[in-house]
Amino acid sequence: MAAAAPAGATRSEIYRGNGPRLMLPVWAFIGIFLVLPVLLMAIYSFLTKEFRGGVIWEITLAAYDQFFLDRGLFGDEPPQIEWTYIGIFWRSIWQAGLATFFCLLIGFPTAWFIATRNAAVRPVWLFLVTIPYWVNLLIRTVSMKFLIRDTGPLNEFLLWLGVISEPLSLINTNFAVQLGLFYSYLPFMVLPVYAAVERYDFALSEAAADLYADNWTTLRLVILPVVKPGIVAGCILVFVPSLGAFLAPDLLGGAKTFMIGSLIEEQFKGAAGNWPFGAAAAMILLTIVLGVLLLHARAQAKGGR
Amino acid sequence: MNQNSIAVDVENVVKRYDSVTALHGVSMDIREGEFFTLLGPSGCGKTTLLRCIAGFEDVTEGAIRLRGEDIAPLPPHRRPVNTVFQQYALFPHMTVLENVSFGLRRRGWIEMDAEARAREVLELVQLKDFAQRRPGQLSGGQQQRVALARALAPNPEVLLLDEPLSALDLKLRQAVRVELKQIQRETGIAFVFVTHDQEEALTMSDRIAVMSEGYVQQIGTPRDIYEAPLNRFVADFIGETNLLDVEVAAVSEGMAEVFLPGGLALRCPAAASAVAGRGHLSVRPERISIGPKSAETLPATVTDHVYLGTDIHLHARLVDGEPILVRMQNSESSGIPERGSELGLRFEAGAARLLVD
Ligand SMILES: Nc1ncnc2c1ncn2[C@@H]1O[C@H](COP(=O)(O)OP(=O)(O)OP(=O)(O)O)[C@@H](O)[C@H]1O
Ligand SMILES: [Mg+2]
Repeated sequence: MAAAAPAGATRSEIYRGNGPRLMLPVWAFIGIFLVLPVLLMAIYSFLTKEFRGGVIWEITLAAYDQFFLDRGLFGDEPPQIEWTYIGIFWRSIWQAGLATFFCLLIGFPTAWFIATRNAAVRPVWLFLVTIPYWVNLLIRTVSMKFLIRDTGPLNEFLLWLGVISEPLSLINTNFAVQLGLFYSYLPFMVLPVYAAVERYDFALSEAAADLYADNWTTLRLVILPVVKPGIVAGCILVFVPSLGAFLAPDLLGGAKTFMIGSLIEEQFKGAAGNWPFGAAAAMILLTIVLGVLLLHARAQAKGGR
Repeated sequence: MNQNSIAVDVENVVKRYDSVTALHGVSMDIREGEFFTLLGPSGCGKTTLLRCIAGFEDVTEGAIRLRGEDIAPLPPHRRPVNTVFQQYALFPHMTVLENVSFGLRRRGWIEMDAEARAREVLELVQLKDFAQRRPGQLSGGQQQRVALARALAPNPEVLLLDEPLSALDLKLRQAVRVELKQIQRETGIAFVFVTHDQEEALTMSDRIAVMSEGYVQQIGTPRDIYEAPLNRFVADFIGETNLLDVEVAAVSEGMAEVFLPGGLALRCPAAASAVAGRGHLSVRPERISIGPKSAETLPATVTDHVYLGTDIHLHARLVDGEPILVRMQNSESSGIPERGSELGLRFEAGAARLLVD
């Protein structure tokens, strides 16, 4: 490969010949920061737990057994499915899905609003959307807790208005978790959808109206399909972190709204932890997320352009 | 369908944006089954008028009637009018067939009928083998024809076309002109066609409305417009012309007595509102012939000539210093006059026309 490029080779040919070498930093980065940690996690999930945290290097399926089965493979009675953790996963998927739905519901009109403003003021609106990100997520989530607690400003305000006569107890409910997730991840929906709407050619809407489509039909048959890549990107960007979120469920939800993120977090924290079990749960989560992305990629390829 | 009944009646339409007035009281009648062209330089308000008819803009004053009915209260999707957009605006996520059936489906056609009709229209524009492609997989000319088919499929009362050929290269544009005119004749739908290309307007239209800065300057057949322009703007914009500075002695019954530079007297047709005083006489370059100087000719000095193959353009200067252009056919090039030579120009009185400024 050290040979000089043949005379007359175009620039792109030279780059193509050097391709593997030029890709080296990328592969190194992906290897060290992505493949290695995941591999480590995969290995840990098959090891035996050490009681004060950490692992013993003895291969076992105990972690997966604990996750899926009650009276596991290694007892004398027939194995039974353990619903606790599957239930937590199922609830998490639900919560994340719902949060994604609400983010889309509010994020799409927001993105539409920004993209249809004068080009000069759009950056200002985008800046405003990202401002909350200047503050740490933990602090934002804690402030949300203060806002909605029984004696917080929200309840005080509603009482003052006379809409309610007793404080609403919002904390430790699904509503609180949804609010937290929604607030945390809304910009992840707004930004990609904005990028897609901004590129949308409004002549297409005029063409649809010209061909007898009312506003709803135009939205359904023309606008949404054309900006779909942005919507899908936004949904993935909201769904995936929502699924693994632990701050919002920990701080705003109670034991009833326990989510995967918190479950995994607990396994690596303190003496009650169980590293192999946490690793196994993380692997299962990863499998679900990859499954969703794969389905999406397949759908994209089929809808193909 | 009565050839002379009115498809679109535009009456005193004024369109004001915040600071600009795009249309200053525009009126015109577009007849059933006619190829009607809006012609004018960039920014004269052609697109604005088309958008008012389609319903994308509300008119500030005046009225637009479609077959006698005022369409002001109708939103665009209720107007039986279809548009071929300048950049086509084809739906990128749909196949050609889906694009063409779109309007039919919205009008409640069932899928099977809509598809059959769409295929029929695609056949008309010679694209029947492209039904399953997406717009991104078509050439510019093919996309243009899909846009035309999509707008024609619902069989609109009027078809609006905003510079539909401007994105095509010259060769293709000339071919499509003929095709478009043919399709218009076959379908019998009134076309309102926007262009700023005067040659396109002259070759395709039944009638032309020449516009400038939000005003209609003249409405007439291509021949009217070319041979009997109403004013300086029209004469100058349509084709090439010489505008001679003349003294007008008298105007009566459409004829004028004028004195050309050099003192030659001429009795020629005059535009309706021409008056005595100073005026401009329009003479087309191809209507002027050259010969030796005499008492009945307009004296001129040759300044240059340009050889164009079939034609030769002779640039000359009159005694008052004004330039004049003469187009000679190459067949008569028994001799191209030398630069600096003096000669006499002549033209029939009927070839000249006194204009209002
Ligand atoms: N949305 C708008 N807001 C303000 N002014 C406008 C708007 N649309 C058009 N105009 C103005 O109205 C005038 C007529 O514009 P229009 O687009 O109708 O011209 P046109 O004849 O179609 O020109 P072209 O041949 O360049 O397409 C122009 O001066 C234009 O700047
Ligand atoms: Mg225009």
